[in-house]
Amino acid sequence: MIPLSHWLILGALLFSIGVVGIFLNRKNVIILLMAIEILLLAVNINFVAFSRYLGNLQGQIFVFFVLTVAAAEAAIGLAILVVYFRNRRSINVEDIDDLRG
Amino acid sequence: MMLTTTVLFYVFSAVLLLSALLVITARNPVYSALYLVLAFFNAAALFLLLGAEFLGLILILVYVGAVMVLFLFVVMMLDINLERLKEGFLRYLPLGLAIAIVGVLEMVAVFWTAPIGRVPAPGPISANADNTRALGELLYTHYLYPFEIAAVILLVAIIAAIALTLRRRPDTKSQVVGKQVAVAVRERLRMVDLRGPKP
Repeated sequence: MIPLSHWLILGALLFSIGVVGIFLNRKNVIILLMAIEILLLAVNINFVAFSRYLGNLQGQIFVFFVLTVAAAEAAIGLAILVVYFRNRRSINVEDIDDLRG
Repeated sequence: MMLTTTVLFYVFSAVLLLSALLVITARNPVYSALYLVLAFFNAAALFLLLGAEFLGLILILVYVGAVMVLFLFVVMMLDINLERLKEGFLRYLPLGLAIAIVGVLEMVAVFWTAPIGRVPAPGPISANADNTRALGELLYTHYLYPFEIAAVILLVAIIAAIALTLRRRPDTKSQVVGKQVAVAVRERLRMVDLRGPKP
């Protein structure tokens, strides 16, 4: 059986990849949203691994809710992105300064 | 059996990490979205290895089937200037890598030394274990209110996404049901006498 620490290290590596993705693609909102999905996936892997190794289903219940909220977040984020692109013809993060006086 | 599981774990993990790396480095957002699909498939396989069949299948159905299709749809719909979005990629690379390496080292140090990493491995999953039934029994009894709140969150997401992206353009034709129902016969039908003059 694979030790629990291997699962946790997999989660840690995936989480770090997501963080690097946010650093590297700080111009492109779509890739930023994808990096957030990677972060949530890493957290979910940790939850499911703990759920299995501690013999407790509550971790999987929590993953269920994380998936729900992540789907809602992706839908609303992409909707905002589409509206923004329609108005400004750009999805560059640096162009998003309309609220500046 | 034990060896198979271990080998599968490392194969799926390797492909998962590789595709996640390609997601954040791919030149074209379409490739990023497709690599993210690959990452989700591998994560679903890892969930299956952990005995979480329901979540593995949900990950494929909901994430690959709905969320990633939405991502691809938006990527293809927007006509983006890729050169401008990629500038600064190399400038932030050292900082991002440094933070990632520090983070990984910290977390790995904790997982190697803390007692949580030495939790005894559970026994094999019995052949007639029903993950979906167990989750459902917990979800519909103990977690009923959070479950309903999750449903409301999804409803809010639907309404918000539609309300944000709905727009009325004056030049498009659309049905106005009220006008259609309120129409009277004489506005649509004109009786014409075709018998002609009597001989």
